[in-house]
Amino acid sequence: MTTKENIYESESLIVSDGCCVQYGEALAIDDVTFSITKGKKIAVVGPNGGGKSTLFKALAGLIPLSRGSLKIDGLDPLKAKGMISYIPQKDSLNWNFQLSVKQVVEMGLTNKSTLLSFNQKKNAEMINESLDQVGILDKSEENINNLSGGQQQRVLLAKALIQDSNILLLDEAFSAIDVGAQEDIMKIINGSDLKEKTILVATHDINNLEDKFDEVLCLNRHCCAFGDPLEVLTKEVIEEMYGSHEDMFLDHKPGSHGS
Amino acid sequence: MLSELLIDPFQYEFMIRSLIAAVFCGATLSTLGTFTINRNMGFMADAMAHATLPIIAVGVFFGFSISELGAPAAIVVAIFLGFIVKNTKIGEDTSIGIIFSTFFALGFILIKLLNVTINLEDLLFGQILAVNRTDIFIITALFLIVIGIIVIFFKQLLFYSFDPIGAEVKGLNINFLNYLFLITLSLAVVSALQTVGMILVLSMLIIPAASAKLITNTFIDSIKVSIAFGIISSVAGLVISYHLDLPTGPSMSLVASTVFLLSYILSKSKIKNR
Repeated sequence: MTTKENIYESESLIVSDGCCVQYGEALAIDDVTFSITKGKKIAVVGPNGGGKSTLFKALAGLIPLSRGSLKIDGLDPLKAKGMISYIPQKDSLNWNFQLSVKQVVEMGLTNKSTLLSFNQKKNAEMINESLDQVGILDKSEENINNLSGGQQQRVLLAKALIQDSNILLLDEAFSAIDVGAQEDIMKIINGSDLKEKTILVATHDINNLEDKFDEVLCLNRHCCAFGDPLEVLTKEVIEEMYGSHEDMFLDHKPGSHGS
Repeated sequence: MLSELLIDPFQYEFMIRSLIAAVFCGATLSTLGTFTINRNMGFMADAMAHATLPIIAVGVFFGFSISELGAPAAIVVAIFLGFIVKNTKIGEDTSIGIIFSTFFALGFILIKLLNVTINLEDLLFGQILAVNRTDIFIITALFLIVIGIIVIFFKQLLFYSFDPIGAEVKGLNINFLNYLFLITLSLAVVSALQTVGMILVLSMLIIPAASAKLITNTFIDSIKVSIAFGIISSVAGLVISYHLDLPTGPSMSLVASTVFLLSYILSKSKIKNR
Protein backbone atom coordinates (compact mmCIF):
# COMPACT_ATOMS: atom_id res chain seq x y z
CA MET A 1 0.00 0.00 0.00
CA THR A 2 1.20 3.49 -0.81
CA THR A 3 2.12 5.73 2.09
CA LYS A 4 3.12 9.38 2.18
CA GLU A 5 6.70 8.29 2.76
CA ASN A 6 7.17 6.12 -0.30
CA ILE A 7 5.22 7.93 -3.01
CA TYR A 8 8.24 9.74 -4.43
CA GLU A 9 9.99 6.65 -5.76
CA SER A 10 12.44 7.23 -8.58
CA GLU A 11 10.32 5.30 -11.11
CA SER A 12 7.07 7.05 -10.22
CA LEU A 13 5.36 8.54 -13.24
CA ILE A 14 2.27 9.87 -11.49
CA VAL A 15 2.46 11.13 -7.92
CA SER A 16 -0.55 12.43 -6.03
CA ASP A 17 0.31 13.87 -2.64
CA GLY A 18 -2.70 14.87 -0.55
CA CYS A 19 -4.57 15.91 -3.65
CA CYS A 20 -7.87 17.78 -3.03
CA VAL A 21 -10.39 19.12 -5.54
CA GLN A 22 -13.31 21.32 -4.58
CA TYR A 23 -16.38 22.35 -6.60
CA GLY A 24 -17.50 25.47 -4.77
CA GLU A 25 -18.04 24.36 -1.20
CA ALA A 26 -18.26 20.66 -2.06
CA LEU A 27 -15.15 18.55 -1.70
CA ALA A 28 -15.00 16.16 -4.66
CA ILE A 29 -11.78 14.42 -3.63
CA ASP A 30 -9.91 14.90 -0.39
CA ASP A 31 -6.35 14.09 0.58
CA VAL A 32 -5.76 11.47 -2.13
CA THR A 33 -2.24 10.07 -2.02
CA PHE A 34 -0.80 7.45 -4.37
CA SER A 35 2.06 6.89 -6.74
CA ILE A 36 2.03 5.01 -10.03
CA THR A 37 5.09 3.66 -11.78
CA LYS A 38 5.54 3.61 -15.54
CA GLY A 39 3.78 0.88 -17.50
CA LYS A 40 1.32 -0.08 -14.77
CA LYS A 41 -2.31 -0.82 -15.53
CA ILE A 42 -4.50 0.69 -12.81
CA ALA A 43 -8.20 0.21 -12.08
CA VAL A 44 -9.84 3.20 -10.44
CA VAL A 45 -12.96 2.06 -8.60
CA GLY A 46 -15.52 3.64 -6.34
CA PRO A 47 -19.18 4.64 -6.21
CA ASN A 48 -20.84 7.24 -8.44
CA GLY A 49 -19.72 10.62 -7.16
CA GLY A 50 -16.71 8.98 -5.53
CA GLY A 51 -14.29 11.21 -7.44
CA LYS A 52 -13.02 8.95 -10.25
CA SER A 53 -13.83 11.39 -13.06
CA THR A 54 -12.67 14.32 -10.92
CA LEU A 55 -9.30 12.67 -10.39
CA PHE A 56 -8.99 12.00 -14.14
CA LYS A 57 -9.86 15.60 -14.94
CA ALA A 58 -7.28 16.81 -12.42
CA LEU A 59 -4.67 14.51 -13.98
CA ALA A 60 -5.57 15.85 -17.43
CA GLY A 61 -5.12 19.42 -16.21
CA LEU A 62 -8.80 20.29 -16.70
CA ILE A 63 -9.52 21.30 -13.11
CA PRO A 64 -7.24 22.88 -10.53
CA LEU A 65 -6.36 21.36 -7.18
CA SER A 66 -7.54 23.17 -4.07
CA ARG A 67 -4.80 21.55 -1.96
CA GLY A 68 -1.98 19.05 -2.29
CA SER A 69 0.08 18.31 -5.36
CA LEU A 70 -0.23 16.18 -8.47
CA LYS A 71 2.85 15.51 -10.59
CA ILE A 72 3.16 13.74 -13.90
CA ASP A 73 6.76 12.86 -14.59
CA GLY A 74 7.63 15.70 -12.22
CA LEU A 75 5.44 18.22 -14.02
CA ASP A 76 2.20 19.91 -13.09
CA PRO A 77 -0.72 18.45 -15.08
CA LEU A 78 -1.13 21.70 -17.06
CA LYS A 79 2.44 21.38 -18.32
CA ALA A 80 2.13 17.65 -18.95
CA LYS A 81 -0.89 17.81 -21.28
CA GLY A 82 0.97 16.25 -24.20
CA MET A 83 1.76 13.19 -22.10
CA ILE A 84 -1.88 12.28 -21.52
CA SER A 85 -4.65 10.90 -23.70
CA TYR A 86 -8.10 11.04 -22.21
CA ILE A 87 -11.12 8.99 -23.19
CA PRO A 88 -14.08 10.68 -21.53
CA GLN A 89 -17.34 9.00 -20.57
CA LYS A 90 -19.35 8.21 -23.69
CA ASP A 91 -22.25 10.43 -22.67
CA SER A 92 -20.01 13.49 -22.76
CA LEU A 93 -19.49 12.97 -26.52
CA ASN A 94 -21.87 14.44 -29.08
CA TRP A 95 -23.23 11.44 -30.97
CA ASN A 96 -25.44 13.63 -33.18
CA PHE A 97 -22.54 14.04 -35.59
CA GLN A 98 -22.44 11.47 -38.37
CA LEU A 99 -18.72 10.81 -38.23
CA SER A 100 -16.78 8.00 -39.80
CA VAL A 101 -14.49 5.89 -37.63
CA LYS A 102 -11.53 7.38 -39.50
CA GLN A 103 -12.65 10.93 -38.76
CA VAL A 104 -12.94 10.24 -35.04
CA VAL A 105 -9.48 8.66 -34.86
CA GLU A 106 -8.07 11.56 -36.85
CA MET A 107 -9.17 13.89 -34.05
CA GLY A 108 -6.33 12.40 -32.01
CA LEU A 109 -3.97 14.16 -34.42
CA THR A 110 -5.77 17.48 -34.23
CA ASN A 111 -4.15 20.16 -32.10
CA LYS A 112 -4.28 23.93 -31.86
CA SER A 113 -2.00 24.39 -34.85
CA THR A 114 -4.15 22.15 -37.04
CA LEU A 115 -5.60 24.51 -39.57
CA LEU A 116 -5.58 24.04 -43.32
CA SER A 117 -2.18 22.36 -43.25
CA PHE A 118 -2.96 18.72 -42.77
CA ASN A 119 -0.74 15.91 -44.00
CA GLN A 120 -3.48 13.61 -45.29
CA LYS A 121 -1.20 10.82 -46.49
CA LYS A 122 0.83 10.55 -43.32
CA ASN A 123 -2.36 10.81 -41.28
CA ALA A 124 -4.00 8.00 -43.22
CA GLU A 125 -1.10 5.67 -42.43
CA MET A 126 -1.18 6.54 -38.74
CA ILE A 127 -4.98 6.16 -38.57
CA ASN A 128 -4.80 2.71 -40.17
CA GLU A 129 -2.02 1.66 -37.83
CA SER A 130 -4.01 2.79 -34.81
CA LEU A 131 -7.20 1.06 -35.98
CA ASP A 132 -5.22 -2.09 -36.64
CA GLN A 133 -3.90 -2.00 -33.07
CA VAL A 134 -7.46 -2.15 -31.73
CA GLY A 135 -8.58 -4.66 -34.35
CA ILE A 136 -11.14 -2.64 -36.30
CA LEU A 137 -9.25 -1.58 -39.40
CA ASP A 138 -12.08 -3.01 -41.54
CA LYS A 139 -14.52 -0.53 -39.98
CA SER A 140 -12.57 2.62 -40.87
CA GLU A 141 -15.16 3.99 -43.30
CA GLU A 142 -18.22 3.15 -41.18
CA ASN A 143 -20.37 5.65 -39.37
CA ILE A 144 -19.42 5.46 -35.69
CA ASN A 145 -23.10 5.53 -34.71
CA ASN A 146 -23.63 2.22 -36.52
CA LEU A 147 -21.05 0.37 -34.42
CA SER A 148 -21.69 -1.61 -31.24
CA GLY A 149 -20.81 -0.10 -27.85
CA GLY A 150 -17.65 -2.20 -27.65
CA GLN A 151 -16.54 -1.19 -31.14
CA GLN A 152 -17.20 2.47 -30.36
CA GLN A 153 -15.01 2.15 -27.29
CA ARG A 154 -12.26 0.64 -29.45
CA VAL A 155 -12.51 3.60 -31.84
CA LEU A 156 -12.05 5.95 -28.89
CA LEU A 157 -9.10 3.86 -27.75
CA ALA A 158 -7.59 4.14 -31.25
CA LYS A 159 -8.12 7.91 -31.07
CA ALA A 160 -6.20 7.94 -27.78
CA LEU A 161 -3.44 5.63 -29.04
CA ILE A 162 -2.75 7.71 -32.15
CA GLN A 163 -1.69 10.55 -29.84
CA ASP A 164 1.24 8.40 -28.72
CA SER A 165 0.98 9.64 -25.13
CA ASN A 166 2.64 7.83 -22.24
CA ILE A 167 -0.48 7.90 -20.10
CA LEU A 168 -4.00 6.85 -21.05
CA LEU A 169 -7.01 7.72 -18.93
CA LEU A 170 -10.18 5.75 -19.72
CA ASP A 171 -13.19 7.13 -17.88
CA GLU A 172 -15.95 4.51 -17.50
CA ALA A 173 -14.63 2.60 -20.49
CA PHE A 174 -16.77 -0.44 -19.70
CA SER A 175 -20.12 1.23 -19.13
CA ALA A 176 -22.90 -0.12 -21.35
CA ILE A 177 -20.73 -2.72 -23.05
CA ASP A 178 -21.02 -6.48 -22.69
CA VAL A 179 -18.55 -8.76 -20.92
CA GLY A 180 -17.03 -10.01 -24.19
CA ALA A 181 -16.31 -6.48 -25.39
CA GLN A 182 -14.80 -5.66 -21.98
CA GLU A 183 -12.48 -8.63 -22.30
CA ASP A 184 -11.46 -7.55 -25.82
CA ILE A 185 -10.56 -4.07 -24.58
CA MET A 186 -8.62 -5.50 -21.63
CA LYS A 187 -6.67 -7.73 -24.03
CA ILE A 188 -5.65 -4.63 -25.99
CA ILE A 189 -4.74 -2.74 -22.81
CA ASN A 190 -2.65 -5.62 -21.50
CA GLY A 191 -1.18 -6.47 -24.91
CA SER A 192 2.50 -6.16 -25.75
CA ASP A 193 1.90 -3.04 -27.91
CA LEU A 194 0.84 -1.07 -24.86
CA LYS A 195 3.36 -2.55 -22.45
CA GLU A 196 5.11 0.78 -21.98
CA LYS A 197 1.92 2.78 -21.49
CA THR A 198 0.60 3.66 -18.08
CA ILE A 199 -3.15 3.15 -18.24
CA LEU A 200 -5.79 4.15 -15.71
CA VAL A 201 -9.30 2.78 -16.19
CA ALA A 202 -12.24 4.03 -14.15
CA THR A 203 -14.65 1.16 -13.78
CA HIS A 204 -17.62 -0.02 -11.74
CA ASP A 205 -16.76 -3.66 -12.25
CA ILE A 206 -14.68 -4.74 -9.30
CA ASN A 207 -14.82 -8.45 -10.06
CA ASN A 208 -11.52 -10.23 -10.69
CA LEU A 209 -9.55 -6.99 -10.91
CA GLU A 210 -6.38 -8.92 -10.03
CA ASP A 211 -6.60 -10.74 -13.38
CA LYS A 212 -6.79 -7.53 -15.39
CA PHE A 213 -4.89 -4.83 -13.52
CA ASP A 214 -1.59 -4.44 -11.69
CA GLU A 215 -3.03 -2.14 -9.05
CA VAL A 216 -6.35 -0.73 -7.90
CA LEU A 217 -7.12 2.73 -6.58
CA CYS A 218 -10.24 2.72 -4.40
CA LEU A 219 -11.91 6.10 -4.17
CA ASN A 220 -14.85 7.37 -2.20
CA ARG A 221 -13.97 11.06 -2.16
CA HIS A 222 -10.85 10.02 -0.28
CA CYS A 223 -8.42 7.24 -1.08
CA CYS A 224 -9.81 4.13 0.64
CA ALA A 225 -6.94 1.97 -0.58
CA PHE A 226 -4.29 1.69 -3.27
CA GLY A 227 -2.18 -1.27 -4.27
CA ASP A 228 -2.35 -4.87 -5.45
CA PRO A 229 -6.04 -5.80 -5.87
CA LEU A 230 -5.52 -9.07 -4.03
CA GLU A 231 -4.14 -7.26 -1.02
CA VAL A 232 -6.15 -4.08 -0.76
CA LEU A 233 -9.63 -5.00 -1.94
CA THR A 234 -10.78 -6.21 1.44
CA LYS A 235 -14.30 -6.44 2.81
CA GLU A 236 -13.64 -3.28 4.87
CA VAL A 237 -12.43 -1.33 1.86
CA ILE A 238 -15.43 -2.42 -0.21
CA GLU A 239 -17.73 -1.38 2.62
CA GLU A 240 -15.91 1.93 2.93
CA MET A 241 -16.54 2.58 -0.76
CA TYR A 242 -20.02 1.23 -1.29
CA GLY A 243 -21.50 0.75 2.17
CA SER A 244 -22.68 -2.68 3.30
CA HIS A 245 -23.45 -4.24 -0.05
CA GLU A 246 -21.21 -7.24 0.25
CA ASP A 247 -23.67 -9.48 -1.57
CA MET A 248 -23.19 -7.39 -4.71
CA PHE A 249 -19.67 -8.73 -4.99
CA LEU A 250 -20.19 -12.44 -4.72
CA ASP A 251 -17.81 -13.11 -7.61
CA HIS A 252 -14.77 -12.22 -5.56
CA LYS A 253 -12.47 -15.10 -4.98
CA PRO A 254 -13.20 -16.17 -1.42
CA GLY A 255 -10.36 -15.61 0.97
CA SER A 256 -8.37 -13.57 -1.54
CA HIS A 257 -9.06 -10.23 -0.02
CA GLY A 258 -8.06 -10.69 3.56
CA SER A 259 -10.53 -10.71 6.46
CA MET B 1 -41.03 27.15 -70.77
CA LEU B 2 -39.18 26.26 -67.56
CA SER B 3 -36.13 28.24 -68.63
CA GLU B 4 -38.35 31.25 -69.30
CA LEU B 5 -39.88 30.93 -65.84
CA LEU B 6 -36.41 30.82 -64.34
CA ILE B 7 -34.79 33.53 -66.46
CA ASP B 8 -37.67 35.97 -66.80
CA PRO B 9 -37.43 37.42 -63.26
CA PHE B 10 -33.78 38.29 -63.69
CA GLN B 11 -34.20 40.87 -66.42
CA TYR B 12 -34.52 43.37 -63.58
CA GLU B 13 -31.49 44.63 -61.71
CA PHE B 14 -33.18 44.41 -58.29
CA MET B 15 -33.91 40.74 -58.96
CA ILE B 16 -30.27 40.05 -59.82
CA ARG B 17 -29.23 41.71 -56.57
CA SER B 18 -31.83 39.61 -54.76
CA LEU B 19 -30.51 36.48 -56.46
CA ILE B 20 -26.95 37.19 -55.30
CA ALA B 21 -28.19 37.84 -51.76
CA ALA B 22 -30.31 34.66 -51.83
CA VAL B 23 -27.42 32.48 -53.01
CA PHE B 24 -24.91 33.82 -50.48
CA CYS B 25 -27.32 33.84 -47.55
CA GLY B 26 -28.59 30.38 -48.44
CA ALA B 27 -25.04 29.01 -48.57
CA THR B 28 -23.87 30.77 -45.40
CA LEU B 29 -26.82 29.71 -43.25
CA SER B 30 -26.97 26.13 -44.48
CA THR B 31 -23.24 25.60 -43.88
CA LEU B 32 -23.49 26.69 -40.27
CA GLY B 33 -26.83 24.93 -39.94
CA THR B 34 -25.07 21.55 -40.04
CA PHE B 35 -23.07 22.38 -36.91
CA THR B 36 -26.07 24.12 -35.33
CA ILE B 37 -28.49 21.18 -35.55
CA ASN B 38 -25.91 18.66 -34.34
CA ARG B 39 -25.02 20.87 -31.39
CA ASN B 40 -28.70 21.59 -30.64
CA MET B 41 -28.09 25.33 -30.93
CA GLY B 42 -31.18 26.33 -32.90
CA PHE B 43 -32.66 28.25 -29.98
CA MET B 44 -29.34 30.07 -29.48
CA ALA B 45 -29.37 31.11 -33.17
CA ASP B 46 -32.97 32.30 -32.89
CA ALA B 47 -32.05 34.35 -29.82
CA MET B 48 -29.12 35.88 -31.72
CA ALA B 49 -31.44 37.11 -34.46
CA HIS B 50 -33.91 38.62 -32.00
CA ALA B 51 -31.33 40.06 -29.62
CA THR B 52 -29.96 42.32 -32.36
CA LEU B 53 -33.16 44.41 -32.32
CA PRO B 54 -32.08 47.00 -29.70
CA ILE B 55 -28.71 47.47 -31.45
CA ILE B 56 -30.49 47.92 -34.76
CA ALA B 57 -32.93 50.42 -33.19
CA VAL B 58 -30.11 52.54 -31.74
CA GLY B 59 -28.02 52.21 -34.92
CA VAL B 60 -30.82 53.26 -37.23
CA PHE B 61 -31.48 56.21 -34.89
CA PHE B 62 -27.88 57.31 -35.55
CA GLY B 63 -28.31 56.95 -39.31
CA PHE B 64 -26.85 53.49 -40.03
CA SER B 65 -28.56 50.88 -42.20
CA ILE B 66 -29.50 47.42 -40.91
CA SER B 67 -26.81 45.77 -43.08
CA GLU B 68 -24.11 48.12 -41.81
CA LEU B 69 -25.08 47.31 -38.21
CA GLY B 70 -25.22 43.57 -38.80
CA ALA B 71 -21.61 42.54 -38.13
CA PRO B 72 -20.97 44.66 -35.01
CA ALA B 73 -24.38 43.71 -33.60
CA ALA B 74 -23.65 40.03 -34.27
CA ILE B 75 -20.33 40.15 -32.47
CA VAL B 76 -21.74 41.99 -29.43
CA VAL B 77 -24.71 39.62 -29.17
CA ALA B 78 -22.57 36.47 -29.61
CA ILE B 79 -20.08 37.47 -26.93
CA PHE B 80 -22.84 38.55 -24.55
CA LEU B 81 -24.89 35.37 -25.07
CA GLY B 82 -21.82 33.16 -24.77
CA PHE B 83 -20.75 34.87 -21.56
CA ILE B 84 -24.17 34.71 -19.90
CA VAL B 85 -24.76 31.06 -20.86
CA LYS B 86 -21.35 30.05 -19.52
CA ASN B 87 -21.51 32.03 -16.32
CA THR B 88 -25.04 31.47 -15.06
CA LYS B 89 -26.17 28.28 -13.41
CA ILE B 90 -29.79 28.42 -14.48
CA GLY B 91 -29.42 26.24 -17.58
CA GLU B 92 -28.57 27.13 -21.16
CA ASP B 93 -32.11 27.23 -22.54
CA THR B 94 -33.36 29.31 -19.64
CA SER B 95 -30.61 31.92 -19.90
CA ILE B 96 -31.01 32.11 -23.69
CA GLY B 97 -34.78 32.52 -23.24
CA ILE B 98 -34.32 35.37 -20.78
CA ILE B 99 -31.88 37.23 -23.05
CA PHE B 100 -33.98 36.52 -26.15
CA SER B 101 -37.19 38.00 -24.73
CA THR B 102 -35.53 40.84 -22.81
CA PHE B 103 -33.59 42.11 -25.81
CA PHE B 104 -36.51 41.71 -28.18
CA ALA B 105 -38.78 43.66 -25.82
CA LEU B 106 -36.08 46.29 -25.28
CA GLY B 107 -35.73 46.65 -29.05
CA PHE B 108 -39.43 47.43 -29.48
CA ILE B 109 -39.38 49.90 -26.59
CA LEU B 110 -36.32 51.68 -28.06
CA ILE B 111 -37.95 51.87 -31.51
CA LYS B 112 -40.91 53.62 -29.87
CA LEU B 113 -38.87 55.87 -27.53
CA LEU B 114 -36.35 56.93 -30.19
CA ASN B 115 -39.11 57.30 -32.77
CA VAL B 116 -37.05 55.23 -35.22
CA THR B 117 -38.51 54.54 -38.66
CA ILE B 118 -38.15 50.80 -39.15
CA ASN B 119 -40.53 48.66 -41.16
CA LEU B 120 -41.11 45.94 -38.59
CA GLU B 121 -42.68 43.56 -41.08
CA ASP B 122 -39.53 43.73 -43.24
CA LEU B 123 -37.37 43.18 -40.17
CA LEU B 124 -39.38 40.21 -38.99
CA PHE B 125 -39.99 38.52 -42.34
CA GLY B 126 -37.25 39.99 -44.54
CA GLN B 127 -37.33 42.12 -47.66
CA ILE B 128 -34.81 40.73 -50.04
CA LEU B 129 -36.15 42.75 -52.99
CA ALA B 130 -34.94 45.92 -51.28
CA VAL B 131 -31.27 44.95 -51.06
CA ASN B 132 -28.93 47.58 -52.51
CA ARG B 133 -25.31 47.39 -53.68
CA THR B 134 -23.95 48.05 -50.18
CA ASP B 135 -26.10 45.25 -48.79
CA ILE B 136 -24.76 42.89 -51.47
CA PHE B 137 -21.20 43.89 -50.64
CA ILE B 138 -21.79 43.25 -46.91
CA ILE B 139 -23.63 39.94 -47.47
CA THR B 140 -20.83 38.72 -49.79
CA ALA B 141 -18.13 39.78 -47.34
CA LEU B 142 -19.90 38.04 -44.46
CA PHE B 143 -20.27 34.91 -46.60
CA LEU B 144 -16.53 34.88 -47.33
CA ILE B 145 -15.64 35.49 -43.67
CA VAL B 146 -17.96 32.77 -42.38
CA ILE B 147 -16.92 30.17 -44.96
CA GLY B 148 -13.26 31.10 -44.45
CA ILE B 149 -13.50 30.56 -40.70
CA ILE B 150 -15.27 27.23 -41.13
CA VAL B 151 -12.72 25.97 -43.68
CA ILE B 152 -9.68 27.09 -41.67
CA PHE B 153 -10.92 25.85 -38.29
CA PHE B 154 -12.99 22.90 -39.54
CA LYS B 155 -10.95 20.14 -37.86
CA GLN B 156 -10.75 22.00 -34.56
CA LEU B 157 -14.45 22.95 -34.55
CA LEU B 158 -15.45 19.38 -35.35
CA PHE B 159 -13.23 17.95 -32.58
CA TYR B 160 -14.52 20.51 -30.08
CA SER B 161 -18.14 19.86 -31.11
CA PHE B 162 -17.83 16.06 -30.85
CA ASP B 163 -15.56 15.73 -27.83
CA PRO B 164 -15.11 19.00 -25.92
CA ILE B 165 -13.22 17.37 -23.03
CA GLY B 166 -10.88 15.46 -25.34
CA ALA B 167 -10.27 18.65 -27.31
CA GLU B 168 -9.35 20.55 -24.15
CA VAL B 169 -6.99 17.80 -23.03
CA LYS B 170 -5.32 17.95 -26.46
CA GLY B 171 -4.60 21.61 -25.79
CA LEU B 172 -7.19 23.15 -28.11
CA ASN B 173 -8.30 26.58 -26.93
CA ILE B 174 -11.92 25.67 -26.36
CA ASN B 175 -12.91 29.12 -25.11
CA PHE B 176 -11.61 30.60 -28.35
CA LEU B 177 -13.39 27.92 -30.41
CA ASN B 178 -16.64 28.46 -28.49
CA TYR B 179 -16.69 32.21 -29.09
CA LEU B 180 -15.39 31.80 -32.65
CA PHE B 181 -18.34 29.57 -33.47
CA LEU B 182 -20.84 31.82 -31.69
CA ILE B 183 -19.57 34.90 -33.54
CA THR B 184 -19.56 33.05 -36.87
CA LEU B 185 -23.10 31.82 -36.27
CA SER B 186 -24.22 35.27 -35.24
CA LEU B 187 -22.64 36.81 -38.37
CA ALA B 188 -24.45 34.28 -40.55
CA VAL B 189 -27.75 34.98 -38.81
CA VAL B 190 -27.57 38.76 -39.09
CA SER B 191 -26.38 38.58 -42.70
CA ALA B 192 -29.76 37.03 -43.47
CA LEU B 193 -31.94 39.51 -41.57
CA GLN B 194 -32.51 41.53 -44.75
CA THR B 195 -33.22 38.38 -46.76
CA VAL B 196 -35.54 36.30 -44.60
CA GLY B 197 -35.94 38.39 -41.45
CA MET B 198 -35.65 37.66 -37.74
CA ILE B 199 -38.43 35.11 -37.53
CA LEU B 200 -37.63 33.03 -40.59
CA VAL B 201 -33.84 33.06 -40.38
CA LEU B 202 -34.06 29.97 -38.20
CA SER B 203 -35.86 28.07 -40.94
CA MET B 204 -33.12 28.76 -43.48
CA LEU B 205 -30.49 27.86 -40.90
CA ILE B 206 -31.82 24.53 -39.69
CA ILE B 207 -34.21 23.14 -42.31
CA PRO B 208 -31.68 22.60 -45.17
CA ALA B 209 -29.23 21.06 -42.68
CA ALA B 210 -31.90 18.81 -41.16
CA SER B 211 -33.07 17.72 -44.64
CA ALA B 212 -29.49 16.92 -45.64
CA LYS B 213 -28.91 14.91 -42.46
CA LEU B 214 -31.91 12.73 -43.30
CA ILE B 215 -30.51 11.56 -46.62
CA THR B 216 -26.74 11.48 -46.05
CA ASN B 217 -24.49 9.17 -44.07
CA THR B 218 -21.55 11.40 -43.22
CA PHE B 219 -21.18 14.86 -41.76
CA ILE B 220 -19.10 16.07 -44.73
CA ASP B 221 -21.78 14.90 -47.18
CA SER B 222 -24.45 16.54 -45.06
CA ILE B 223 -22.64 19.89 -45.36
CA LYS B 224 -22.45 19.62 -49.17
CA VAL B 225 -26.11 18.62 -49.52
CA SER B 226 -27.19 21.24 -46.98
CA ILE B 227 -25.49 24.00 -48.98
CA ALA B 228 -27.20 22.75 -52.15
CA PHE B 229 -30.60 22.66 -50.39
CA GLY B 230 -30.01 26.10 -48.88
CA ILE B 231 -29.25 27.67 -52.25
CA ILE B 232 -32.06 25.81 -54.02
CA SER B 233 -34.61 26.85 -51.36
CA SER B 234 -33.51 30.50 -51.45
CA VAL B 235 -33.45 30.82 -55.23
CA ALA B 236 -36.62 28.78 -55.79
CA GLY B 237 -38.41 30.82 -53.11
CA LEU B 238 -37.29 34.03 -54.83
CA VAL B 239 -38.51 32.89 -58.26
CA ILE B 240 -41.82 31.53 -56.94
CA SER B 241 -42.49 34.71 -54.96
CA TYR B 242 -41.84 36.77 -58.13
CA HIS B 243 -44.26 34.78 -60.29
CA LEU B 244 -47.01 34.36 -57.68
CA ASP B 245 -46.56 37.79 -56.11
CA LEU B 246 -45.95 36.34 -52.66
CA PRO B 247 -43.69 37.58 -49.83
CA THR B 248 -40.16 36.32 -50.57
CA GLY B 249 -38.89 35.32 -47.10
CA PRO B 250 -41.86 33.09 -46.29
CA SER B 251 -41.70 31.60 -49.83
CA MET B 252 -38.06 30.60 -49.30
CA SER B 253 -38.94 29.14 -45.94
CA LEU B 254 -41.81 27.07 -47.35
CA VAL B 255 -39.64 25.74 -50.20
CA ALA B 256 -37.10 24.65 -47.57
CA SER B 257 -39.90 22.93 -45.64
CA THR B 258 -41.01 21.16 -48.83
CA VAL B 259 -37.45 19.98 -49.41
CA PHE B 260 -37.44 18.65 -45.85
CA LEU B 261 -40.69 16.76 -46.46
CA LEU B 262 -39.29 15.20 -49.65
CA SER B 263 -36.06 14.28 -47.85
CA TYR B 264 -38.06 12.70 -45.06
CA ILE B 265 -40.07 10.60 -47.54
CA LEU B 266 -36.85 9.63 -49.35
CA SER B 267 -35.13 8.63 -46.11
CA LYS B 268 -38.12 6.50 -45.08
CA SER B 269 -38.28 4.77 -48.47
CA LYS B 270 -34.53 4.08 -48.23
CA ILE B 271 -35.01 2.37 -44.86
CA LYS B 272 -37.96 0.39 -46.23
CA ASN B 273 -36.00 -0.81 -49.26
CA ARG B 274 -33.06 -2.05 -47.17
